[in-house]
Amino acid sequence: MFIWAAEAAAQSFMPPQGTKIAENVDSLYSFLVWASLISSILVIGGMTYFAIKYRRKTATDKTAYIPHNALLEFLWSFIPFVIFMVVFGWGWYVFHQMRTMPKNALEVHVTGQKWNWSFKYKSGRTSRTLVVPAGEPVKLIMTSKDVIHSFYVPAFRIKQDVIPGRYTALWFEAEKLGTFHVFCTEYCGTSHSEMLSKVEVKSRADYDQWLLNDPYKGLTPIEIGKKYFTACTACHNITDQRLVGPGLAGLFGKERVFVDGSTAIADETYIRNSILNPQSQVVEGYEGIVMTSFQGQISEEEILGVIEYIKSLK
Amino acid sequence: MSDGKNYLNHESGLWSWLTTLDHKRIGIMYMISVMGFFLIGGIFAMLIRTELFTAGPTIMSADQYNQAMTFHGAIMVFMVIIPGIPAFLGNFILPLHLGAKDVAFPRVNLLSWYCLMVGAILAFVSLIYNGADTGWTFYTPYSIQTDNGTTWVVAGAFFMGFSSVLTGLNFIVTTHKLRAPGMTIWRLPLFIWGLYSTAVIQILATPVLAITLLLLIAERTLGVGIFDPNLGGDPVLFQHFFWFYSHPAVYIMILPAMGVVSELITAFSRKVIFGYKAIALSSVGIAAVSFFVWGHHLFVSGQSTLTGVVFSFITMLVGVPTAIKTFNWVATLYKGSINFASPMLYALGFLFLFTIGGVTGIILAVTAVDVHFHDTYFVVAHFHYVMVGGTLMAIMGGIYYWFPKIFGRMYNEFWARITFVLIFVGFNVTFFPQFVLGAMGMPRRYYDYLPAFESLNKISTVGAWTIGIGFLIALVVIIRGVFWGEKAPDNPWGAKTLEWQTSSPPPHENFLTTPTVTAGPYEYR
Repeated sequence: MFIWAAEAAAQSFMPPQGTKIAENVDSLYSFLVWASLISSILVIGGMTYFAIKYRRKTATDKTAYIPHNALLEFLWSFIPFVIFMVVFGWGWYVFHQMRTMPKNALEVHVTGQKWNWSFKYKSGRTSRTLVVPAGEPVKLIMTSKDVIHSFYVPAFRIKQDVIPGRYTALWFEAEKLGTFHVFCTEYCGTSHSEMLSKVEVKSRADYDQWLLNDPYKGLTPIEIGKKYFTACTACHNITDQRLVGPGLAGLFGKERVFVDGSTAIADETYIRNSILNPQSQVVEGYEGIVMTSFQGQISEEEILGVIEYIKSLK
Repeated sequence: MSDGKNYLNHESGLWSWLTTLDHKRIGIMYMISVMGFFLIGGIFAMLIRTELFTAGPTIMSADQYNQAMTFHGAIMVFMVIIPGIPAFLGNFILPLHLGAKDVAFPRVNLLSWYCLMVGAILAFVSLIYNGADTGWTFYTPYSIQTDNGTTWVVAGAFFMGFSSVLTGLNFIVTTHKLRAPGMTIWRLPLFIWGLYSTAVIQILATPVLAITLLLLIAERTLGVGIFDPNLGGDPVLFQHFFWFYSHPAVYIMILPAMGVVSELITAFSRKVIFGYKAIALSSVGIAAVSFFVWGHHLFVSGQSTLTGVVFSFITMLVGVPTAIKTFNWVATLYKGSINFASPMLYALGFLFLFTIGGVTGIILAVTAVDVHFHDTYFVVAHFHYVMVGGTLMAIMGGIYYWFPKIFGRMYNEFWARITFVLIFVGFNVTFFPQFVLGAMGMPRRYYDYLPAFESLNKISTVGAWTIGIGFLIALVVIIRGVFWGEKAPDNPWGAKTLEWQTSSPPPHENFLTTPTVTAGPYEYR
């Protein structure tokens, strides 16, 4: 029963193990859960046993006078100390593996900003999901454009804060093919919980293929925007005619009047915000028309492209 | 007392309370304020858990959620748990425990209450300016860039810090100078040892928080570049400053609770405490080491590997005195005469929950494992087990234990036990699933979460509602007891410490004749 409980706690609740380090962390965690379970049972069990056995029977119960016991006190200070030192040392050993960057690693630059991640590869390709080859060490060199974020891959048991104004690094060697969650774990404002991404682990051949298939390779920002714009044509014309949403020709630089009466000039920030957070600035006459946010589905490169493309629509 | 005069009817009228220099009345003013803040903080907790009942938007927007999360944390930490035991129970009991007429500086004591009030008002003014959404930790540069009333909340926390410092100062001087004849160091009740160790932390650590918060205000209002990387500052420096106070502050929250539990366990086992000196000195030990563990909040913040390892080691050292205390309490039960009155239920509840909070603390102190758990729900569950399961359990136990002394009346035992069961069961239902959520990788401070996390979040929310109902009933039990409870005898529990030797409620200056102490505080033979 207890074996089952401890095994369940130590393994099935943890995410799948995507790296060797994850296995090492889980072995240590498993030991900790066992040790915690046993000591909790000793303390809570002892407390419950004594409390029931020695419950008050009469109003004048005599109690024992035991002020202390040197041997017992030594033992219950020393034994926990030894256990603490063991898990400390073990933790240090695994932590050291996590934090020692391999020299030959494949490097990817990671940028966090409210509220998305972008990844840039040596080949010049950028992406919204982190794509890596299996069985090779990968080093992430990370920075933030605004506030502190934190890059967390539960399946790899790794996490590192991403800090504006400096670079922090993280490494892993993915063992299993597949797709794994990436969370932001440092509170960063409104859409903190939507600052999600994925790690896609591919075979080396698929990874090379993916790098070569850069859909935007050699394109100018306007061309990238034009290519991406197929995602927008269901609702937006490239003329000034209204479709579901407004036509976009000649939009740039115009004054926009919103449903709450406020106004803004349609500049780069306005277009960016309209893509990522469209409901925050609904233009007069478009009440009740809901555009889905592209938050988490469009990369920085693509946003920039779409802005330049809209600018070019006359 | 024969003439019916006591501290409650010594003077009357609201003005007599607002200008009182009596530590017992100031204690009650703290009690009322802290209970009010707890109600507000609790409402925010209910809003948070209700929002998290389902994935996606449930009852509020992401921005509202972030505000609720910030106010819940800031109110519970700065306005409930930090002043909760020292300024309320400590204020009332410390002079009585020592056989003193009052604290050393009664005017300073009153001033400390006004500091808390000014701080609270400033913090609530922020609501006019669109609240605050930084989390109670105010991490830079987010807290510099966010556009709302954050400055007011920070200023509020700054003022509340003075309240804490003044209380600590008073307790240290009182313990040194105003002990009754015969009250030697080794005859001090363990609650005093807990309060004294806490007071040392309050005086030494709080000024660091004050400076940090002032720098943050200067940065927000004047653009001084201490923390903002755009101005050449270092955002992680703030985390070091902040936790240099806020980690010792964790012990400001738990050490007095441990003191209360020591009193409860002996009184309701009617047995001498096991290992008095070990418990007393471990309080001092925890207070001393608490200054050198702040870096365990920063294992993944970019501090060096070696720094992380050193902080992990020192954190393990805190585990030893904590374990000693726990074993001593359990050993005290051995061959005792255990009375399951509600204060004792809370003390046993404390032991149960604090043990789980403690072992999960060790898990988090292990560097390699903390990398996975840092800023997930595992941490949320851990610190709620320590702060709610520990400190709040001790406050509730302490309130019921000293209730007859404070108000001269008894509470309703049956309903007090019902509230214990609701709070204890509700607590475990709320927070145990959060350990699992953390292991699965759910980050904290998330307004929305993956569908895989939904069922455990539902269980957690149902638990939170149960706790809420428990505390509402507890409020009724307390109010009913204060006004309509049976008259209490002077020493209903048969306890040995000095406060039980005076009348219930005590006279204006505590003792009609100064007591002379001839034995330790727990001489049950």
